[in-house]
Amino acid sequence: MEVLVILVPLALMLGLVGLAAFLWSLKNGQYDDLEGAGWRAIAEDEPVREKQIL
Amino acid sequence: MQATRDFSHYVRDLGSGVSHIDLAVEGVSCAGCMSKIERGLSALPDVTLARVNLTDRRVALEWKQGTLDPARLIDRLAELGYKAYPFERVQAEALETEQAGFLLRCLGVAAFGAMNVMMLSVPVWSGNVTDMIPEQRDFFHWLSALIALPAVAYSGQPFFRSALRALRARRTNMDVPISIGIVLALGMSVMETIHHAEHAYFDAALMLLTFLLAGRYLDQSMRRRTRAVAGNLAALKAETATKFVGTDEICEVPIAAVQAGDVVLLRPGERSAVDGSVIEGQSKIDQSLITGETLPVKAGPGTAVYAGALNLSGALRVRVAAASEGTLLAEIGRLLDNAVQARSRYVQLADRASRLYAPIVHAAALLTMLGWVVFGASWHDAIVAAIAVLIITCPCALGLAIPAVQTVVSGALFRSGVLLNSGDAIERLAEVDRVVFDKTGTLTLAELDVANAVDIPQAEFELAGRVALSSHHPVAAAVARASGARKPLAGMEEVAGQGVRGYVGELEVRLGRPSFCGADRLANEILCRDPEASVVAFRHGEACHVLAVRQLLRADAAAALATLTRAGIAIEILSGDREPAVKHTAQLLGIHEWRAGVTPADKIARIEDLKRQGLKVMMVGDGMNDAPALAAAHVSMSPVSATHLSQATADLVFLGNRLAPVVAAVGLSRKALRVMRQNLWLAAGYNLLAVPLAIAGLATPLVAAAAMSGSSLLVILNALRAHRGVKELS
Repeated sequence: MEVLVILVPLALMLGLVGLAAFLWSLKNGQYDDLEGAGWRAIAEDEPVREKQIL
Repeated sequence: MQATRDFSHYVRDLGSGVSHIDLAVEGVSCAGCMSKIERGLSALPDVTLARVNLTDRRVALEWKQGTLDPARLIDRLAELGYKAYPFERVQAEALETEQAGFLLRCLGVAAFGAMNVMMLSVPVWSGNVTDMIPEQRDFFHWLSALIALPAVAYSGQPFFRSALRALRARRTNMDVPISIGIVLALGMSVMETIHHAEHAYFDAALMLLTFLLAGRYLDQSMRRRTRAVAGNLAALKAETATKFVGTDEICEVPIAAVQAGDVVLLRPGERSAVDGSVIEGQSKIDQSLITGETLPVKAGPGTAVYAGALNLSGALRVRVAAASEGTLLAEIGRLLDNAVQARSRYVQLADRASRLYAPIVHAAALLTMLGWVVFGASWHDAIVAAIAVLIITCPCALGLAIPAVQTVVSGALFRSGVLLNSGDAIERLAEVDRVVFDKTGTLTLAELDVANAVDIPQAEFELAGRVALSSHHPVAAAVARASGARKPLAGMEEVAGQGVRGYVGELEVRLGRPSFCGADRLANEILCRDPEASVVAFRHGEACHVLAVRQLLRADAAAALATLTRAGIAIEILSGDREPAVKHTAQLLGIHEWRAGVTPADKIARIEDLKRQGLKVMMVGDGMNDAPALAAAHVSMSPVSATHLSQATADLVFLGNRLAPVVAAVGLSRKALRVMRQNLWLAAGYNLLAVPLAIAGLATPLVAAAAMSGSSLLVILNALRAHRGVKELS
């Protein structure tokens, strides 16, 4: 059962990483346009990146 | 005089040589539009960012400072086929966006805490019935406390703050029992952990918060979205004013950039976008949007002009007044303030429920504690049982019961073309048994239209429209719009005060006053039948036609009113217009109750009178003179073409040229109120089952977790039924 001392903090750390990722994505504006984000996933190409290549 | 357009008011400087502008765009509805716009705008040199927000129907644009005129971006969007206009983010919308972000952060933290504590709780629950040693259980409980305490301290803020605010004002709301329940659950769990006890309720507290925050967030995002759409609609009206920048130099600027004291030019055929007084020029103005009166009034130096007034004949120079000046506006403002204060007494269903609920629950907990002591239990056990009662009755389902329905219904309203200004409007709308309509702009459309278009040969009508394109007069503009003409004819000459004339091939064409076209007899015949119309004659060689131009009834007005009547709602008209005009409309629609020539104060008096009779009145109006009545009524609605003041005052705003959204809103709100009541009963029923268990001391953390999530899901599923309500009335 001593393994719990490693496993439990490890599980919590992983959870915290997930939370940090969520908070980062929120701050980064990734939840501002949920409807558009859904469509972008299946759009043919990324127009903004296309511009950078030009 | 070609004016320049100046949008610099809306451009933000982001620093490091980048400028930013947000545009509201009309007609973006799919992924195709999104990539078309982004590609089209990115193709412009120097544009560094073009990103469409499909939820808010907006485009964010950035470019190298000083290289581009923002007007160029708007023109580019027009080339792509989209109407766009910069918008000013109103204070309320910015605040709501910020709150939605905060709620989402809280939700994230609470959900993280709930998942991890649940991960630790399940081993304890299964360990308690098998072979877990007390040291291990304590270790898991301490870990849970370590996660739960900071998580609750952060994510519980929306509830704690609201509860404190309510208590300071010596009221209670739903957040008071929620906060008490959560704080006691945590406090007791820590004490129990210290005493090596078997049960701790960390998971229950966090799960409760997660569910409630999800409800709050949905509620908030629904309000944010309607606010964004309303902001777009206001922006896309693209109201500009022609401002004098020198003595004779003019520049077209957005309304937001006009200040009191500026002088603006009001050309014939233009609607004023500002309040002010005439300093130069003679004209007639149509104030129907402000007073409901459809007959034009004379305007000269000194005449007050209000936003929404239509200039009919001559160019006017108007000095912009500060908001508080002007007698009519000041009077309306005063009436509005009184009415708004009177209305805030309405208590929402959720608060009424919690006022009943909180004392009962707290009494039950107290009785449980006393009961246990009387039957010989220790104070410790008695307090634990009492707190268990508070935890299990913590109004999780009750807190979701109403926001969930509001979210579902506002989505359905949105799809039927109704925007919600205030969440509790749904409850008030459902109770309505009397609807008071304004006439001008509400039962009728705000824009003029040709009433007898079917009597005129199609080819002649189209030709008349093309001739009309050469005139600025609003009646001519209505003819051009109704005929759908796009190509103006060359060589047309405008005869001041008479009309337009010119040649098509060999034949002379004239459009204007009946006397100008020699059609007096025909015009009189039409005026006899329809005394409210303005007539305009059209002569093409020997052929002569007279067009009756007037504000038409909304196409489905009669049907919509009939549906409302069948649903047991009485209808009446209160109009500022003259008696014959109102009588004519009332007869057409079969309405027996109508009043004409009423002032804003009279409208309020009539509504107060109806309220005293115990009727729940809905006011539907668009004019500035309707605003106080809109605020005084139990619930109110405005068409999207209404003046700013009316739209801001109304609880709901409906889109489009039909009255059907009004009917749909009543149907949906009635259904919604029924579902809300069902939800409250479901939540109460759950408590009836769970509370005896808690009183008996059988409410283990496992029972609490299962019961609370079960009841919340039930309430949410029931709320989903609320989106179908249009059938209700037909």
